[in-house]
Amino acid sequence: MIVIRNAGVLRANKIEQATVVIEGDTIASIGMEPALNGARVIDAKGSWLGPGLVDLHVHLRDPGQTWKEDVESGAQAAAAGGFTAIVAMPNTQPPVDSGSSAVTAFERARAVDALDIVVAGTLTKGRAGKEMAGFDGMYEAGVRVFSDDGDAVPEAGLLRRVMAYLRDLPGALVAEHAEDRSIAGEGHMHEGMVSSRLGIAGLPGIAEDVIVARDIAIAADTGAPLHIQHVSTMRSVDLIRGAREAGMRVTAEVTPHHLALDESSLDGLDPNRKMYPPLRGADDQAALRSALREGVIDAVATDHAPHAPAEKAVPFEEAPRGVIGLETSAAVVASYVLGDDQTTFFDRMSVAPARIAGLERHGRALEPGSPANLVLFDPKRRWVPGSFVSKSQNSPFAGMELTGRVLATIHEGRISYEGGLR
Amino acid sequence: MSDPAHNGLISLRGMGRDRLEGLLDRAQSYVGSPVTEQLFGATVTTAFFEPSTRTRLSFERAAHRLGAHIMDLSPDLSSTTKGESFKDTILTLTAIGTDLFVIRHWLADACELAARWSGRPVINAGAGRREHPTQTLIDALTLRQEFGHLDGLRMAIVGDISNSRVARGHLEALPALGMELTLVGPTPFLPNYNPWGVKVSTDLDDELGDTDVVYLLRIQSERGASAGIPADGGYARRYGMSEERLSMLKPAAVIMHPGPINRGVEIDDAAADGERSLILAQVANGVPVRMTVISEALGGSG
Repeated sequence: MIVIRNAGVLRANKIEQATVVIEGDTIASIGMEPALNGARVIDAKGSWLGPGLVDLHVHLRDPGQTWKEDVESGAQAAAAGGFTAIVAMPNTQPPVDSGSSAVTAFERARAVDALDIVVAGTLTKGRAGKEMAGFDGMYEAGVRVFSDDGDAVPEAGLLRRVMAYLRDLPGALVAEHAEDRSIAGEGHMHEGMVSSRLGIAGLPGIAEDVIVARDIAIAADTGAPLHIQHVSTMRSVDLIRGAREAGMRVTAEVTPHHLALDESSLDGLDPNRKMYPPLRGADDQAALRSALREGVIDAVATDHAPHAPAEKAVPFEEAPRGVIGLETSAAVVASYVLGDDQTTFFDRMSVAPARIAGLERHGRALEPGSPANLVLFDPKRRWVPGSFVSKSQNSPFAGMELTGRVLATIHEGRISYEGGLR
Repeated sequence: MSDPAHNGLISLRGMGRDRLEGLLDRAQSYVGSPVTEQLFGATVTTAFFEPSTRTRLSFERAAHRLGAHIMDLSPDLSSTTKGESFKDTILTLTAIGTDLFVIRHWLADACELAARWSGRPVINAGAGRREHPTQTLIDALTLRQEFGHLDGLRMAIVGDISNSRVARGHLEALPALGMELTLVGPTPFLPNYNPWGVKVSTDLDDELGDTDVVYLLRIQSERGASAGIPADGGYARRYGMSEERLSMLKPAAVIMHPGPINRGVEIDDAAADGERSLILAQVANGVPVRMTVISEALGGSG
């Protein structure tokens, strides 16, 4: 039995200061003082207790690049970040693009205790953008999120056939990495003031906008649900808002780093701030923050992309794209956007992403009988991230003071992380 | 002396007017000066990862005139063709014995990284599309010799600015010396953003009557610039410095170009070889400017 006292508890219609009792994998009671024989008691005054965080966008690098991360190290990093469920992107080596590869990936994922790892599958065979992946086999294995993440589906005709097919599989979601490579070319940072000044090849925002516009048009045509991954531009936000106002099933995610940082932080050419989409202009960043508050962007997703220290200790233009994010996501979102609003914080970090991925045991308000997938978060605690549980250390937030810290994570009634408790 | 890596010249950004003028004064004092033994025993390594003739030769001659020894890395003949990383190359050259690096590289941060890895001062001889600071100093010196001052001089930089590290160096330093810069070219050749806050124009003929210096740039096809404009030769008609355009200039206006020049594209013979042309004066000033920055990097007082 675990007893958590004095936290602000996220209940269905209110936030309530109450004692939460966890027995087995379930919340047994809220508000009643139990007999404490042998119970683990956590006093959490001033903290938020809510459903465990859900990340729609994680790269575990397993199989294929396990020097960067593997299922186990990624799971530990996620638990330390307050997550109880994550969606693993399928761009492993080999990619998850068939029934058999999905079955293998789910077997590896289910061997992990720290949290639920949900396997995503590709949209195209081999993630090569040429022909449809093995949707039925993957769907039967349990895959619901499909993405060629790292690339958009390049041909509109192929994407239209993909969406028309996936529309018929209940709960299946087409998730797109919106980047037109014919526009983005070999760019290394946002095409803006900093790239112009330093003469670094730019990644213009329009490379994202044209794919978002195209995909919304195809989603409207086919009726398939569409999810836009790591939205980074003001125009994308406007396009998504328009689609939602038209009643379309279009959802979107934003990363913590796009909420917290903009292109101005790239003046020193730090490879740990290089990713795709790139850190954008200040106006884009402002649009992302207000879209997340408004709910036009449904969810925060980290795009946790580990790269080994030696791989990032190279010239900026030669560094691989991507930054880690699992262990700092909650703190960054609280520090920069939602630290004053517990209900919205848990909606964007847990409730909405769980709904988008179709995860029934996650993202639920705390009521007696709810699954004990929980996170305890102190929104006022100041700390400076330094070294990370992840195998990789490529965080843009290392050395920056953040406000808000995950104290403990509980997955199916068991404590999966408690490193933040004093 | 604190960190020796700090005495090189990687960027002119943020350098104040006094410091810039001090460098120009010192370079002027080296014009026509005799060979010295000031840096006897020092080793200057030139590491050019992109092709160069005039810049490398002028650095070598500058080092010789200060009495320093030159070690030249020619990447096409060295281990870099065998897959050695930039970092390993720098560490190796440091271990062999280098007091100063002169580096040209396609990477924007090559010089900062080489300084960090080696602990030696680095002179930027052209980094990516970011800056070419000695070229900027050379051009400032050349203009000061020609006009006697830089204050209020108007320069139109014409051509493939987007790909030009020379233009970016000018944009960082020449306004601090009192000059007014205008960027001129077709939109695909202009930077998409204007962090320098300078005037931008797509019509060369509009600018000619108002400018003291026409600074022409080559189209850098090796950086993909040709894909931004049609291949029908229209560029030369719209932006080439022709004899007709020379006649639109103010009487004292001059023509400059950092080289190499492409005759018949951005510049015609009448402009390149005429009396307004400072192109060979620019080349000649390469040696005193590079003597200055080498000497400063190695702590010589001159």
